[in-house]
Amino acid sequence: MSKIHVTTQVNGDAVEFLCEPDETLLDVLRDRLNLTGAKEGCGTGDCGACSVTLNGRLVASCLVLGAEVAGSAIETVEGVGTADALHPIQQHLLDHAALQCGICTPGIIVAAKALLVQNPDPSEGEVRYWLAGNLCRCTGYDKIIRAVLSAAAEMRGENA
Amino acid sequence: MRYVVAKDSRDAVALLNTGENARLLAGGTDVLVQMKLGNKTPSLLIDIKSINGFSDIFAENGGFRIGAAVNGAEMGAHAALKAMWPGVVEAVELIGSTQVQGRATMVGNLCNGSPAADAVPAMLAAGAMARVEGPSGTRDMLVAELLKGPGQTKLGKAELISSIYLPARPEHSGDAYLRFIPRTEMDIAVASAGVNLVLDASGTVADATVALGAVAPTAVVVPDAAAALLGSKLGAQALEACAAACAAACSPIDDRRGTVEFRTKIAGVMATRAANIAYTRAGGQL
Ligand SMILES: Cc1cc2nc3c(=O)[nH]c(=O)nc-3n(C[C@H](O)[C@H](O)[C@H](O)COP(=O)(O)OP(=O)(O)OC[C@H]3O[C@@H](n4cnc5c(N)ncnc54)[C@H](O)[C@@H]3O)c2cc1C
Ligand code: FES
Ligand code: FES
Repeated sequence: MSKIHVTTQVNGDAVEFLCEPDETLLDVLRDRLNLTGAKEGCGTGDCGACSVTLNGRLVASCLVLGAEVAGSAIETVEGVGTADALHPIQQHLLDHAALQCGICTPGIIVAAKALLVQNPDPSEGEVRYWLAGNLCRCTGYDKIIRAVLSAAAEMRGENA
Repeated sequence: MRYVVAKDSRDAVALLNTGENARLLAGGTDVLVQMKLGNKTPSLLIDIKSINGFSDIFAENGGFRIGAAVNGAEMGAHAALKAMWPGVVEAVELIGSTQVQGRATMVGNLCNGSPAADAVPAMLAAGAMARVEGPSGTRDMLVAELLKGPGQTKLGKAELISSIYLPARPEHSGDAYLRFIPRTEMDIAVASAGVNLVLDASGTVADATVALGAVAPTAVVVPDAAAALLGSKLGAQALEACAAACAAACSPIDDRRGTVEFRTKIAGVMATRAANIAYTRAGGQL
């Protein structure tokens, strides 16, 4: 197999990489770009642990080829908040103890952020449906949903 | 395996025609899963998402033409399309999670050939037309004419679909799609139904199409179920006759997700409930 040369943008930085034609964006991020935030829970689109945004759209990076992202803009969990200044979603996940093993958490953060960009004031039902493709084996979801709702409230300037 | 970005439909058709084990790649939510599971390993992947017009939705002769690379999230965000064909859009929006919606296309759903594909009964009910491009040119055909069996379509080896056309609607019309799944989200239809109705000014059904999914080797149009609704205002008798006609059209598989008996019964339940929704959307008072 001959490798494909791809130029694209990840978290605002221009990047280039060589990848196999059948290599997923998830593998490129983790193995070639050292961005190991996105996780492989299933590799078949079912769990959402590999969530990233591609040109602003939430996708499962295990169902995108590295070759497909030439000239795109990708956002991963590494682009959300910093160690000193967590994003409100990250802070509220911590405050609500909404993670245990943490495998699902990067995907939840990216997915929840994408929701709040297009809907700053979602109902509980809207959050649950939006995150239905983000599986969590540990928490039972309730704390995650509450954390996202309270992060949304803070971001709207309510009970901050 | 090679990965090639097709420049235009002609290029894609020529690549399909090379005799290689080629596969078209739209959203990849079936193709990449099947490659991962080792079911289907093409030697050439032809990405059609960069072809001019393939990612566009545009108004045409009072209806809408939807490019083959338009994903579910884009269809859901198109207010005018959703207002005209809410049943088709809701069927597409049922496909997978938010993440899957960001990639999955209606044409990919059709061409993957699953008997339970959610968009297909809704497209059948709507009378959707597929624009097919191949070595001998372009033709428009009803989506219904393309259905063949599990994992198959009637497309030729070097043919592709460039767009789907949803026609103009008369006044007082509405469509709806419903599926039964054992959970609330993220599952495959056990039985499903798409219904499209046109009412006259008095609210009587003047035209109807009923289509079922997941109860036969392909999605099926059920003319008898539609005939049962004609001339009615969806009274109990019409709905019962519609459900009976749906049951008669079922030849489902028996599996752990649904028995033959259950699928046969639920198909009619989905159809009559979808008919009620379509009727209300068409402006009828139940
Ligand atoms: C987690 C998950 C959940 C899912 N849930 C559902 C669900 O609830 N309901 C449902 O119906 N499906 C579901 N699916 C299946 C899949 O998402 C849909 O079938 C989707 O619509 C496929 O579209 P795509 O663009 O991703 O197709 P692709 O994977 O790109 O292609 C699918 C097939 O169509 C062919 N093809 C693509 N474009 C064309 C074209 N223009 N002309 C001719 N052939 C073409 C491809 O070669 C391939 O054979 C799910 C999948 C996943 C991973
Ligand atoms: S690893 Fe991508 S959805 Fe599970
Ligand atoms: S915290 Fe373990 S999977 Fe969610």
